[in-house]
Amino acid sequence: MHIVRSFDEDLKYLSGRIAAMGGLAERMVEEAVSALVHADEALARKVVADDLLLDVAEREIDEKAIGIIARRQPLAGDLREIIGAIRISADLERVGDLAKNNAKRVVAITAAQQPVRVVRGLEALAELALGQLKDVLDVYATRAVATLASVRERDAQIDAVYTSLFRELLASMMEDPRNITPCTHLLFCAKNLERIGDHATNIAETIYYAATARQLPERLRQDKSHAVTLDAATR
Amino acid sequence: MSDAGPESAAEGFARIAASRLMRARWTLVAAAAAILGVTFAAGGRWLPALAAVAAVACVSALTPWRTRAMRLAEAGAPRSPVDRLSALRLAAAVPDPLVVFDRSATVVQANPAAGAAFGSLRGVDLRLRFRAPEMQELIRLALDDATHPAPVDYVERAPIERLFRVAASPVGDGTGLFVLVFRDQSEARRIDRMRADFIANASHELRTPLASIAGFIETLRGPARNDPKAQARFLEIMQAQTERMARLIDDLLSLSRLETKPLAAPGQSVDLVQVVAGVADSLAHLAAEAGVAVERDLPAGPVLAAGTRDELTQVFENLIENAIKYGRSGGRVVVSLARAPAPDEGGRAQVEATVRDFGPGIAEEHIPRVTERFYRVDAETSRAQKGTGLGLAIVKHILTRHGGRLSIASQPGQGAAFTVRLPAA
Repeated sequence: MHIVRSFDEDLKYLSGRIAAMGGLAERMVEEAVSALVHADEALARKVVADDLLLDVAEREIDEKAIGIIARRQPLAGDLREIIGAIRISADLERVGDLAKNNAKRVVAITAAQQPVRVVRGLEALAELALGQLKDVLDVYATRAVATLASVRERDAQIDAVYTSLFRELLASMMEDPRNITPCTHLLFCAKNLERIGDHATNIAETIYYAATARQLPERLRQDKSHAVTLDAATR
Repeated sequence: MSDAGPESAAEGFARIAASRLMRARWTLVAAAAAILGVTFAAGGRWLPALAAVAAVACVSALTPWRTRAMRLAEAGAPRSPVDRLSALRLAAAVPDPLVVFDRSATVVQANPAAGAAFGSLRGVDLRLRFRAPEMQELIRLALDDATHPAPVDYVERAPIERLFRVAASPVGDGTGLFVLVFRDQSEARRIDRMRADFIANASHELRTPLASIAGFIETLRGPARNDPKAQARFLEIMQAQTERMARLIDDLLSLSRLETKPLAAPGQSVDLVQVVAGVADSLAHLAAEAGVAVERDLPAGPVLAAGTRDELTQVFENLIENAIKYGRSGGRVVVSLARAPAPDEGGRAQVEATVRDFGPGIAEEHIPRVTERFYRVDAETSRAQKGTGLGLAIVKHILTRHGGRLSIASQPGQGAAFTVRLPAA
């Protein structure tokens, strides 16, 4: 609570806009994967169009936040909250970009027959990334920062599934060169989903810092895809 | 004022004024005494003092006794047991989530069903918690013009997917409060999805055995028409294939049934020692056939978990059967059970069961994915073991419904350990 009530309203406006951005970003990620699984081009186009809304929202949040800093000169928790809003909106905007990128690949991927197994893996990856995004944004609503640790545990799972998909796509490309085009696109889709998980983790770190003024301890990277090689002779 | 009919306006006013004076009599006496006392002490004149007393009496006769708010409250005053019923009790009795919020979209009250579906909501900004674009719009409309906006559909994804039809409306008259009512529509949606999923999965998975049966039939009617030895062999293969298809359909139905069940808090308290011992007994035949010894490391007393007996039995059936089939080269399977050393994230006590085999283990890249439907580490082995590719998906689904968890640890060459954690009862 602040003596100046409009300051509270300013902060509330910011968190409200962030939540709306989060809701839209979640929806875009979900729809992009659904468009891919069901080869739904119309849905993919909708996701691409929706990205514009996120860009606008990010700019508005930036302007509002800078305005608040200039007018109110906030300190301590308020300052962290406002800087946090700027950072979270940037992360959410990136999540939207990644979802848009996945949506753009739908046509190229669904032109050819898909290995069912990879598409299922991609769905599983999307489910994990979305779950993480939802958990993080729920913490933003409730400020129950104690639960953030489990969010990061999920990040490790995402990395593990991503590495596994990476290997599978590589194998599928080696099996048949005709798979290379769709599999390369699928590889980028998987990478994008993995990046969405990373952005969710970033948001978790920002929320934790804004609420406690401390940093979440550094996490271990599980993404081992950089070390994956397949020996052609063994296949 | 229905009884004011026969009397004139003046008579009516006199009656009201008299009752107001009557009610305020002690305050009036005190006021008069104070005014006269002060006048006496200050040695002032009596006339203005008497005028002041008269003025006070006039004001109290003219002003209504009750404020507008009190009258409003009285209008809704208890008359019958139904009127006396607390709104909170009523809300608590409603099985659908119901959330009351104020003009700033902050939750002031949520009924127990809402708590169960969405976690603690009190004091939370609704727009932050329900971020789906449709929900944002619904809340905005409700706050903006206080009319009844059209209901929207909302999907809550965790822990299991639920679909709600959500309606918003203002509460009472001028209270500044609004209510969101969530009606659970998950069942209809899940049944739809189940149908679509079933067709997609079944058609894909049944095609292979069906194609092989068709091939054998062709051979039996053609080239193998006069070869009884080949016929016997082919019929045997065909029988195995039809058995596989039957099992697949059973598993698919079982998974679909689980997915269509509503998410209810598991009510029973189940003794896992009994469950595990029962499952191990029923699989003794299979274990003996595979040459695997199932060792039990069970505590003497009961280990109670909150859950549904049938479903938990299914979990251990799948895990132990898998361990026997895929870890048979290790020659033994160890099932252990204990209270978990640490509570879960919510601080609840947990119980922990581990099924360990000593077979070839699972390569690291497969571990995160083995619970996906139809994911097979090695299609050949799975087919040879008559696996359907659904066992672990079923296990994972049951555990999610129970608020439990499955974790898998494996070193290639040294076997695998499947650990189940469940909330203790």
